[in-house]
Amino acid sequence: MIRPIAILVGLGFSIVVLLAFVTGAYTWATEEAQPTAEHEFHLAPHGPEGGFAHDGPLGTWDVAQLQRGYQVYKEVCAACHSLKYVAFRDLAGLGYDEGQIKAEAASYQVPGIDPNTGEATFRPGLATDYFPSPYPNAVAAAAANNNAIPPDLSLMTKARHHGPEYVYSLLTGYGPIPAELKQEFPDFETPTGLHFNRYFPNLNLAMAPPLTTDGQVTYADGNPQPTIRQMAADVAAFLTWTAEPKMVERRQTGWPVLGFLIFATILAFLAKKQVWSSVTPGRKDD
Amino acid sequence: MSFPWAKEYTPANPVMKFLDEKLPLPRLVYNAVGAGYPVPRNLNYMWNFGVLAGFFLVLQIVTGVILAMHYAADATVAFGKVEHIMRDVNWGWLMRYAHANGASFFFIVIYLHIFRGFYYSSYKAPREMVWLLGVVIFLLMMATAFMGYVLPWGQMSFWGAKVITGLFGAIPVVGEPLQVWLLGGFAPDDAALNRFFSLHFLLPFVIAGVVILHIWALHIPGSSNPTGVEVKGESDTVPFHPYYTAKDGFGLGVVLILFAAMVFFLPNYLGHPDNYIEANPLSTPAHIVPEWYFWPFYAILRAFTMDFILPAKLWGVLAMFAAILIWFFLPWLDRSPVRSGHYRPLFRKFFWFGLIPVMAVLFYCGGAPAEEPYVMLSQLATAYYFLHFLVILPLVSSFEKPEPLPYSITEAVLGSDKKAVLGENTTPAT
Repeated sequence: MIRPIAILVGLGFSIVVLLAFVTGAYTWATEEAQPTAEHEFHLAPHGPEGGFAHDGPLGTWDVAQLQRGYQVYKEVCAACHSLKYVAFRDLAGLGYDEGQIKAEAASYQVPGIDPNTGEATFRPGLATDYFPSPYPNAVAAAAANNNAIPPDLSLMTKARHHGPEYVYSLLTGYGPIPAELKQEFPDFETPTGLHFNRYFPNLNLAMAPPLTTDGQVTYADGNPQPTIRQMAADVAAFLTWTAEPKMVERRQTGWPVLGFLIFATILAFLAKKQVWSSVTPGRKDD
Repeated sequence: MSFPWAKEYTPANPVMKFLDEKLPLPRLVYNAVGAGYPVPRNLNYMWNFGVLAGFFLVLQIVTGVILAMHYAADATVAFGKVEHIMRDVNWGWLMRYAHANGASFFFIVIYLHIFRGFYYSSYKAPREMVWLLGVVIFLLMMATAFMGYVLPWGQMSFWGAKVITGLFGAIPVVGEPLQVWLLGGFAPDDAALNRFFSLHFLLPFVIAGVVILHIWALHIPGSSNPTGVEVKGESDTVPFHPYYTAKDGFGLGVVLILFAAMVFFLPNYLGHPDNYIEANPLSTPAHIVPEWYFWPFYAILRAFTMDFILPAKLWGVLAMFAAILIWFFLPWLDRSPVRSGHYRPLFRKFFWFGLIPVMAVLFYCGGAPAEEPYVMLSQLATAYYFLHFLVILPLVSSFEKPEPLPYSITEAVLGSDKKAVLGENTTPAT
């Protein structure tokens, strides 16, 4: 009894889904695919030439680059973007010592309570404070930015496919609309207030080009030259660190773990062979 | 339970003797996974995955309990709590990555375990109950994994929860009130997050309970084996310990190497970047996709694009649940007297050239955007999926001439089985 019912149910589901297939296939075959500018002109992100120091399973932080990237964040990005999951104490990971961190934190004003009156006020930051947001709340952020809230950057490089490359490409990817695009899609225009960028999924990005001129940030020792590409690479590296400060520690833990497991597995294999040797006389493959 | 030649537990140590008299727990373990459980001697590496699944269940419970100590199920702080674990908790990143990738590995291992069952017809008598309990475990795992993915409260957590609970909205009449009742609101929020956390903590222990029943039910007929020929005598078996503890130890090592490679070097490879964006009910992600282990069933859900008597969405929901529920009926759908796919030429062809490529297509299309040609591919694959289990499997045995079976497991291994004639005792020394 169960088999005839099963066969009916099976045929039922298959017929319904095949009917859907036939209609879908008919529509697909008869309807012209509409090419879109986003689809044709969007570019896959790429990293800087030579890649990042943190790339690959053996990659480590380039601390000097992280410090430069931090400077770019502080002087450029921080005007609009928060970094709310990063605390000043975390800057130890960029090679700063305790005194430097305390001084750095104190240079920021963070929301606090006046100890005498209890009123909301601002106080100098402590090492345990997190980076303060440039806007008091989301409404203020939206109001100041044409309704596009600048996203928090702490996790940006993990929140996009190929995050570090994406940040680098986006920062260096602004430019005029290419002639070929205009030729193929005469109606394509970047709406007022948006900016054309081939690395952004729909090609029009609310963020104005943040890095516009070489030398916009002055690096302490003047080396390397702060070109737009260099600054973009530095801040992309910094944001990789903010997204996962424990990334290098994680990989460095991974190698000895893998080494131990491979050794243990070889032993386990030999043990298995030894145990089975008495019962496997030219064991036939089953 | 077990075979008459199973070794009996004889404690020598006075402490163990005392324990055996008062509470024979060591005896239970000895008979379950020790020298007291005789197992067919010819199991191949596909039989490793039960033990591996047990390992990952324990790993998930241990890492999960530790994560729960540092987490809070409150929609305003949950996302930040996960970052707290990643940044500030000692070894928190390891616990979280091990837990997230542990879920993936649990599913990899379980899928291999299930497909081993399909190929060798492990579901057939006398092991129907083992199979039924296994399907129950799989369903519980899916519920647990789904609710666990909501806890980090990222974009995919939120929208995944919304889409999946929205499926209940497709049920006629009671659908929408049911959805609101399940979520505790009109959209996922604190109420949903809290109950998901509570259930996500509870269900693994329910799974552990059903696993015990699964093993209990298995030990009544004993393990199946690649020939599908039942154990005939002592020479067909070896004791679980040390033979299969050693073999499982090696298998566990190999899987742990792969697992460590993922956890330490590609921890986010199987995740979705959108889940590192905090949940935002006002911003819908471009493509909402569940975790990879749900992709085949998500592809089946989305394959039904046409209203036909019932609305397309309801067809999709019915088909998605049916895709797993039909596994419950396999023991009675497949009537071939031969168990192992090794001796079933026609069944084997449908398995390797039908079911396996179709599952691969469903996996791929479930993760792809709902565009052509992926929808058409998943429609063809879905049709085959149901035909395979509900039409081909019940009928194939009528057209199939099975290949000759070996007389016994011993004959399959050694080429001949003189014991069958001589009654020789060939239990190997350890």
